[in-house]
Amino acid sequence: MEIREHHDHDVLVIGAGGAGLRAAVAAAETGVSVGLVCKSLLGKAHTVMAEGGIASALGNLRAEDNWRVHFRDTMRGGKGMNDWRMAQIHAQEAPDRVRELEAWGALFDRTEDGRMNQRPFGGHTYARLAHVGDRTGLEMIRTLQDHTVHEDVDIFMECTAIRLFVVDGRVAGVLAYWRPTGEFILFRAKSIVLASGGIGKAWRVTSNSWEYTGDGMAMAYSVGAELLGMEFVQFHPTGMVWPPSVRGTLVTEGVRGEGGVLTNSEGDRFMFRYIPELYRADTADTEAEADRWAAGDRINNRRPPELLTRDVVAKAIESEVEAGRGSSHGGAFLNIAEKRDPDYIRAKLPSMYHQFKELAGVDITKEAMEVGPTMHYVMGGIKVDPETAESTVPGLYAAGEVAAGLHGGNRLGGNSLSDLVVFGRRAGEAAATVAKRQQGWREIPTEELTSAITKALAPFRNKDRQNPFAIQEELQQVMQHKVGIARTQEGLEEALQEIRALQSSLETCSANGEGAYNPGWNTWLDLHSLLVVSEAVTLSALDRRESRGGHTRIDFPDSDPEYGNHTTIVSKTGKQMTTTREPVPTPPDDLEKLIEEGV
Amino acid sequence: MAKRIFEVYRGHEQSGQLESYTVDVDEGMVILDAIHRIQTEQAPDLAVRWNCKAGKCGSCSAEVNGQPKLTCMTRISDYENEGTITITPMKAFPVIKDLVTDVSQNYANNKAIPRFKPRPKDAEDGWRMKQHEVEKAQEMRKCIECFLCQDVCHVLRSHSKHEEFVGPAFLVRTAGYSMNPIDNEDRTEFLKERGGLGYCNITKCCTEVCPEHITITDNAIIPLKERVVDRYYDPLKSLVRLIRRK
Ligand SMILES: Cc1cc2nc3c(=O)[nH]c(=O)nc-3n(C[C@H](O)[C@H](O)[C@H](O)COP(=O)(O)OP(=O)(O)OC[C@H]3O[C@@H](n4cnc5c(N)ncnc54)[C@H](O)[C@@H]3O)c2cc1C
Ligand code: SF4
Ligand code: SF4
Ligand code: FES
Repeated sequence: MEIREHHDHDVLVIGAGGAGLRAAVAAAETGVSVGLVCKSLLGKAHTVMAEGGIASALGNLRAEDNWRVHFRDTMRGGKGMNDWRMAQIHAQEAPDRVRELEAWGALFDRTEDGRMNQRPFGGHTYARLAHVGDRTGLEMIRTLQDHTVHEDVDIFMECTAIRLFVVDGRVAGVLAYWRPTGEFILFRAKSIVLASGGIGKAWRVTSNSWEYTGDGMAMAYSVGAELLGMEFVQFHPTGMVWPPSVRGTLVTEGVRGEGGVLTNSEGDRFMFRYIPELYRADTADTEAEADRWAAGDRINNRRPPELLTRDVVAKAIESEVEAGRGSSHGGAFLNIAEKRDPDYIRAKLPSMYHQFKELAGVDITKEAMEVGPTMHYVMGGIKVDPETAESTVPGLYAAGEVAAGLHGGNRLGGNSLSDLVVFGRRAGEAAATVAKRQQGWREIPTEELTSAITKALAPFRNKDRQNPFAIQEELQQVMQHKVGIARTQEGLEEALQEIRALQSSLETCSANGEGAYNPGWNTWLDLHSLLVVSEAVTLSALDRRESRGGHTRIDFPDSDPEYGNHTTIVSKTGKQMTTTREPVPTPPDDLEKLIEEGV
Repeated sequence: MAKRIFEVYRGHEQSGQLESYTVDVDEGMVILDAIHRIQTEQAPDLAVRWNCKAGKCGSCSAEVNGQPKLTCMTRISDYENEGTITITPMKAFPVIKDLVTDVSQNYANNKAIPRFKPRPKDAEDGWRMKQHEVEKAQEMRKCIECFLCQDVCHVLRSHSKHEEFVGPAFLVRTAGYSMNPIDNEDRTEFLKERGGLGYCNITKCCTEVCPEHITITDNAIIPLKERVVDRYYDPLKSLVRLIRRK
């Protein structure tokens, strides 16, 4: 099959969520030619689903807040695994990026005196999340989308990138296909920004959509980029658990930020029993104190334990269920009805109200919600330079969930949306600057192209009746049970075997029909990426024989200071996937002191 | 577990037919779950769009027994007393394949709206707006671009005036910009000309189907119509405008 469509751009951005859109705008502003490719329609990326808010130290409610406090919170939340420089840049630049959204048309909820309102969230010392009820991501993506369509950016929707090309040591282009027709399209570019998001589709219970198959990470890995910290997967404590068809759908942390409490089947507010030493001094130790804080007196009281970091809350719920104190469908109860009146709940959490009403038949202004952990976010991803977001492959950049470093071992809520705009902008600018210096485009060898296309069309030639959805389901079972929230050596080793076996079954799998809008074939292609990232998570999890942040080993339940000094790197050696260890970058003395002693 | 029969449109714009699938239905399942079950068990090439599965992204629009719906928010149990459930693509747009339609015209219409343009900042850190001042615009900004309102509007559905009329969704978008307290752009000419606001005869069908419960006609379209009338048909104002132009 020949390629009928070719495009050349200075900068090509893959992904049109918050990170990709911000990168495209930044690149276009420098005057270079920019292309933007996305798997779904414009405006449907994961960013649209974000609920709770975007974190930045605006200090609109508490003047004491500033980048130093935000930096410290992010580093402590990340359990020592963060790239300190990324955390510093993020905390320093986030307020300007959020204000810029307002200048582009975003309308956040307001304070009494007319500024952007901010909401408390787990692990953030002060109320820090600018928000619009519980549909912050929608406001953000629509603002960025509408801004982008008026800039000079060529947009290719429902166009999936499947293979990167590196020529003479620099990234040179990418092969993609149009979902509606199944036809191939070749993009050449002087620099490429990956902003393709995460990997949640590898798990059975997840808040993530079909798009989250780790394409960006897998494509980058296959051309030699290093992946960092893949063992750190965030299980959000509160996903829906009932009915089965919505298991995993997110219940925003905003419910707890607005005063919602967690109880078990005995009515016990169990989070008081799970406060880790690190947070003891900042957390309320009686219900009375927590309630006073929730009622508004935030100066004289400490935060409720429901607002501990996500890793802590998710594990606590898991332990309660294991101990037989779960709800009838295996979760915990989350109750806001007891703490807030119905009008307040409907105003602050309108989409949660509708989601439960319409999908579960539960009225959250009257009843408790049943919730349990759901795979939500991956802290690991493509290793990047903190200043420019360039990966270890020259000319290849990464920003947003696909990149790693900022969040370390555990991400704080709200820190993703801010990550997207801070590092999306930096990646777009850096990619454009480098592209400007390069004359012309690199030729992509025909043999490489032909072999990529032949491989992509294999399932139409295969006779095996195995269908790609069956493989996807098997993989999800393996990852859910063996590489989930609690891991063991034995389980991980089995998982590794099974993932590798699935990699070979995939090769003989077939697709029916034709190339045009064919989910079976599309899933077959996505599964290649999903299996690569699943293997990377499993290998990294095997290498870390301790528990830390989003990585829990039942056989090594405690954090081990020795492991606290290094991160895990996955890379390709020959055809093999290998892991190595690399020291965590140490912050300069003043920042080290800030992390340890506070502001 | 009960068995239900679904008739699903299979085919393209030019040719296609309803195909019948029997599906095991569990408690709480929505229409999109049934489509996915057909995909994984019987027809892997059945085309459908979806992303969030929680009513937040507006990807999964289709017609269920002829009614425009988000398939991820429509429970199968709502059709308890009906026999077969029929699922067809949105009628106002050309079919690409099965339940997937070509909605690109909507993106072109959106791009035609004059962009948001803020007034100068009130303070170094931005603008000051009260919550009650932003609420009107916030209602408009709940739009998830599901295009169900475009699907039912007779101007588009029956008369295919996609190029003359931007449709309710983009009147909502325009209203969202114009109601933003700090917006400084004048969009009346756009509304009258390219926007085709005059085509709307306030039947309110769009408001009825909006899954975000945006009061499209009363809160977006009628105020916009008033603006256009004030500008173009109020004799005194037109006179002032004429004089100003000189
Ligand atoms: C339900 C939910 C609620 C959340 N709430 C919050 C919150 O309140 N606050 C917060 O900070 N974070 C939140 N998060 C996390 C946050 O929304 C995501 O991490 C973030 O939006 C990811 O943005 P992104 O730009 O990196 O990628 P995305 O927005 O996911 O965009 C990825 C883009 O890449 C494209 N793509 C992927 N693969 C390919 C390919 N092969 N070819 C072409 N294009 C491709 C996709 O089509 C898409 O356009 C939430 C996440 C979920 C799921
Ligand atoms: S009110 Fe106007 S826009 Fe809405 S459906 Fe009727 S004619 Fe169309
Ligand atoms: S206005 Fe309502 S019906 Fe129309 S596209 Fe937006 S959300 Fe959908
Ligand atoms: S899948 Fe997002 S609205 Fe239905």
